[in-house]
Amino acid sequence: MEPKDFDSSDPVAWCPGCGNFGIQGALKTALARLGRDPRDILLVSGIGQAAKSPHYVKAGFFNGLHGRSLPAAAAAKMVNRDLTVIVTTGDGDCYGEGGNHFIHNLRRNVDITVIVHDNQIYGLTKGQASPTSQPGMKTRIQPAGVAAAPFPPLETALTLGCGFVARGYSAEKDHLAELILAGIAHKGFSLIDVFQPCVSFNKLNTYDWFTKRVYKVGADHDAADRAAATRLAEERERLPIGVIYSKEGPSYGELSGTDALEPPARASVEGIDIGPALADFR
Amino acid sequence: MKEEINVRLTGEAGQGIVAAGTIFCRMCRDSGRHVFAIQDYMSRIRGGNNFFQVRASSRPVYAPREKADIIIALDKEAVEANRGALAPGGALVLDAAVFGVDAGGEGVLDVPLYAIARECGGPIYANAAALGALTALVCADFEDAARAINREFGSKGGEVAASNVKAARKGFDFVSAGARSCAFPLASAPHRRDCLIAGNEALALGVISAGCKFYSAYPMSPSTGIMNTVADYAARYGIIVEQAEDEIAAVNMAVGASFAGARAMTGSSGGGFALMCEGVSLAAMTETPVVIAVVMRPGPATGFPTRTAQEDLEFVLHAGHGEFARAVYAPGSPEECFLAAKRAFNTAERFQVPALILSDQHLAESFVNIEFPDQKAEPPDRGRIAGPDHKEPRYAWSADGVSPRIFPGRPGPPAAADSDEHGPEGHITESAADRMKMTRKRLHLKMAGLAKEVLEPVVVNPGSPVMLCGFGSTLGVLREVCAALPGTGFVHFPQVWPFPSEAALAALNGAKRVLTVEGNATGQLARLIRRETGLEPDGSILKYDGRPFTLDGVLAELKGGGHGA
Repeated sequence: MEPKDFDSSDPVAWCPGCGNFGIQGALKTALARLGRDPRDILLVSGIGQAAKSPHYVKAGFFNGLHGRSLPAAAAAKMVNRDLTVIVTTGDGDCYGEGGNHFIHNLRRNVDITVIVHDNQIYGLTKGQASPTSQPGMKTRIQPAGVAAAPFPPLETALTLGCGFVARGYSAEKDHLAELILAGIAHKGFSLIDVFQPCVSFNKLNTYDWFTKRVYKVGADHDAADRAAATRLAEERERLPIGVIYSKEGPSYGELSGTDALEPPARASVEGIDIGPALADFR
Repeated sequence: MKEEINVRLTGEAGQGIVAAGTIFCRMCRDSGRHVFAIQDYMSRIRGGNNFFQVRASSRPVYAPREKADIIIALDKEAVEANRGALAPGGALVLDAAVFGVDAGGEGVLDVPLYAIARECGGPIYANAAALGALTALVCADFEDAARAINREFGSKGGEVAASNVKAARKGFDFVSAGARSCAFPLASAPHRRDCLIAGNEALALGVISAGCKFYSAYPMSPSTGIMNTVADYAARYGIIVEQAEDEIAAVNMAVGASFAGARAMTGSSGGGFALMCEGVSLAAMTETPVVIAVVMRPGPATGFPTRTAQEDLEFVLHAGHGEFARAVYAPGSPEECFLAAKRAFNTAERFQVPALILSDQHLAESFVNIEFPDQKAEPPDRGRIAGPDHKEPRYAWSADGVSPRIFPGRPGPPAAADSDEHGPEGHITESAADRMKMTRKRLHLKMAGLAKEVLEPVVVNPGSPVMLCGFGSTLGVLREVCAALPGTGFVHFPQVWPFPSEAALAALNGAKRVLTVEGNATGQLARLIRRETGLEPDGSILKYDGRPFTLDGVLAELKGGGHGA
């Protein structure tokens, strides 16, 4: 398959030069390499610029509420484990509005792949701070600069036992495509936080800013080593991209026993006999 | 023989009054009596004062009474807290020595509950001793009690069951040897209704019967019983029950599971449902079916967590931003709970709308013995689902507003859902024409379809000078009030949205007085009737103290209050 097999007819509404284009290209490349029928792919998003992403890819999509992509995605996968479920979300959607769902879906470990378009700013609402904004960043709402400490997605994921923690950069498309493929292959919750310059509102974290700091994790990094992964995740001067941590553990479906069920999305609802349950009330 | 008796078992949380009360209900049911039992408890796990009150009768009963013929107190606080509820000539069973109270007080029957319990293994068996005493007072066969105890505790091993039977036997023997043995002989019913069940449980059985395969919720009294019961049978029926991190997750999970093809629902009470409101709107906008049970308790905010109210009628009618079609059911009995659950799934899927089931603590947690409805009633109807040759996009125009659902992973055009305003393919639009068309589809056309299928109101004694109106859990008390008071009829609404205006008018026109009976402080049903029919009810009997309506209470209001017939 080719990336163009996943082209959508919906016209793109992002700003020219937006980092989202790189992520979009990487996603289509990854899906083409995966080779599944677009109908078997389900893209789930919330609200924000990143959340428009599913409209621009030919596949099944569920564009839900702000912050609520993860519950909808996890449930869709729970009831139909044959789907490849990918969440395209942003730093505001996933770490802010949906922070509680992020925490608990890391714990839940449903087999979904979560791509966070992390531009460290709110684009769709025109330039307010996001949970990952750099301290001191000035905005109309935060004229004295952002006071809150930035949310650390990789460290949070590692702390909560996430089995696949990766970081990409939208300007490194092929590298990112491979990260997405590895995330899909990982059985369990896979987090891919992606540096994505916002050319309209984020004047701090620009392409130049990232290009000076980003480096690819070397072949000598043992991704199954939690301590080594934590050291990488904690780096703040130079910024590693690549698979930070990867170690498969039992997923939700295995632990809850639901993998053994007939997928509920396909189960018949006809002729169910509640007699055995009713006997307990007689 | 007495036609009915009212028994109150009371003590602090953790003393086993629910277990003893449930066993007594089963004994009555098994020996051909009818029961209606309420649970009155505090929001705590140990201590306080709770009661479990069983009205047992030789004819079907549907509502609580104010006064108890027999009160059994398991601690001193219970004596003082409940003495005022004793009916004239009633018996107040207590352990005078242990509680340090007067054994010669009005109606007191002193039974050494705790001495018996200690002989049988410890104070935890005081409830069993009390059950034995109760068995003797109502002149029941001890073997009935032993059988019910063995059934209740059988799973805990022979020793626990045997100790309970032993304590019950001693309590039974003590009272049987005294002057008040068989003081309250209870007549048997001519026929038996064999299913002893609470509203939450019957609703859950309806959920299972409907083929629900995904239930996500966050625990909240008094809705948790639905999740508990579904979970009890989840493995057998292939259902995923997921405890969500919050109610927002719960509703979004249910919508996601439904979008992917499973029948899915969530449930909560007022505060949790408040968190779900955006999700209700999402289900409507994406035309994704979802069923939501809202089991009411008194608010605002945390309110009375374990008590009852009907305060959220208007809230549920309007919950969710924007304008969209929905259905709201308001079952009034376990039978109606079962059928409402099945109906709600069909409505949700056939019209691709949120279908809400409005219940309350009183309905959810009161036990009644019933003949369980035919489980084949309301057979599943999944509505329009795209077949393999389907070509149209997800939100293609449809004359009745309902276009076939497309599930991910199935042949045909890609599955699509968007919370933004969208065109036929589900992609974001800014078009005014699309907006008008989609609003017509989601709102006007679907409401027109829903309005054709509203559950008919239950009308009893039509044409009576006084017509009472209610929804939800007041069905039982209305039934009994109208049987007891000549010239009184009632209309019960098992579905409140769309509102059955024509049927309501037909039932109420011509009545001298129309009164609503509602568990809230403002008369929300009265307002709804006025708004939807133009008929202005003459008044309302309102109760908002967190307790259910009683037969005596409503009769007194009608006879003596300003609402009198």
